[in-house]
Amino acid sequence: MSDIKIKITDRDGVTHEVDAPTDMNMNLMEVVRSYELAPEGTVGICGGMAMCASCQCYIRSDHPLPEKSDDEDAMLAEAFHVEDSSRLGCQIHMTDELNGLEVELAPES
Amino acid sequence: MIETDILIIGAGPTGLFAVFEAGLLQLKCHLIDALPQAGGQCSEIYPKKPIYDIPGFPEILAGELVDNLMEQIKPFQPGFTLGERADTIEKLEDGSFVVTTGKGTKHHAPIVAIAGGLGSFEPRKPLLENLAEYEDKGVAYIIKDPEIYRDKKVIISGGGDSALDWSIFLADVASEVTLVHRRNEFRGALDSVEKVQQLKNQGKINLITPAEVVALHGDGHLTSVTIQKVGGEPGHMVLEVDNFIPLFGLSPKLGPLADWGLEIEKNAIKVDNTLDYQTNIPGVYAIGDVNTYPGKLKLILCGFHEATLMCQSAYQRIFPDKKYVMKYTTVGGVTGFDGSRKEAPKAVVKTID
Repeated sequence: MSDIKIKITDRDGVTHEVDAPTDMNMNLMEVVRSYELAPEGTVGICGGMAMCASCQCYIRSDHPLPEKSDDEDAMLAEAFHVEDSSRLGCQIHMTDELNGLEVELAPES
Repeated sequence: MIETDILIIGAGPTGLFAVFEAGLLQLKCHLIDALPQAGGQCSEIYPKKPIYDIPGFPEILAGELVDNLMEQIKPFQPGFTLGERADTIEKLEDGSFVVTTGKGTKHHAPIVAIAGGLGSFEPRKPLLENLAEYEDKGVAYIIKDPEIYRDKKVIISGGGDSALDWSIFLADVASEVTLVHRRNEFRGALDSVEKVQQLKNQGKINLITPAEVVALHGDGHLTSVTIQKVGGEPGHMVLEVDNFIPLFGLSPKLGPLADWGLEIEKNAIKVDNTLDYQTNIPGVYAIGDVNTYPGKLKLILCGFHEATLMCQSAYQRIFPDKKYVMKYTTVGGVTGFDGSRKEAPKAVVKTID
């Protein structure tokens, strides 16, 4: 059992510091859902296949992140409110290296 | 007025399987879906993705699962109202319901089963200031009748299959087709990408990448758009167009269902999971991803179970005085409304000399 701390700013601008397990094969989108930081049905619509962009978030700290897959890159190319720091939460798996990660959820679209 | 026994809102896997379970009870079903095809998310979002937790199928593509379900329910001749969203529900004095779609199609049934998943799929609209002003005045998110684009100057934006496919189709219809995408790469079927490349080389499609439409201009009707290069490349241009078709996929919205007087919690409909998945309105059920109850899991296999129990309860509601005992299909076979009959072969009893 090991947890890391992550700061997630929700769509109303409120920042939550949450514990995320690294041993449950969880991704950032699932962490957001498990803490109900966005209404059910507005995040993780496709379930985590990088096919809907409902879990788009902006990375606000400089943690080393896994490279974007072609799927994620293509999906972000069709999403709205995209910034250079945009990633799909479902493609970011919780690992020890991400301790202290700060992210902000992109607006619903 | 379309008449049926169980009116199912949503033609995803749960709604489709409900037709089978209803059919075993000799109940007829009709399905309404906002999408133009059956299958819900499985067809719309991830038809080529494998699913590993359908009991009895170690691996099956979502699209194949839908095909199988359609085959399985064929004997029960379900009716479909596709491409129309169920907008309103009205309870009649006898306790039955009339559900009307956005296009005005009316459906009448004693039972309504909402199998609406995450809601109806609505087009995702780009963030442009005066977009709403030009809706139906040059801007459309769904192509209903390609003929209206004949000899028109059309600009399409998006990088997926629909943007590619419609650019290809309209290349022969419109006088000018421009395809704008924020990347040089497209994600679509390989042959569509190649076809667009061909049409571009022949000068039939004007491809502008990486770029996006950033402003709309017109006077009552759209007359031109501003296109801005992205990715640090300088330059923008104004292009004269008659029509702008942004194709950025669909996203599900609970929509009008939220105003049906149903108890809603976390964007889902609360149901009685101890019994039959009925909502707070007697005679209206909610099954599959659209419902919620303690311990709810949004899994296709759970939707199948919920559909089955819903049908038993619906039968009791329609025929309160009839005695009924559940029969295994292996014992009772499957008798379709189309006259077809499937049953287990009889064992041969023969003496061995």
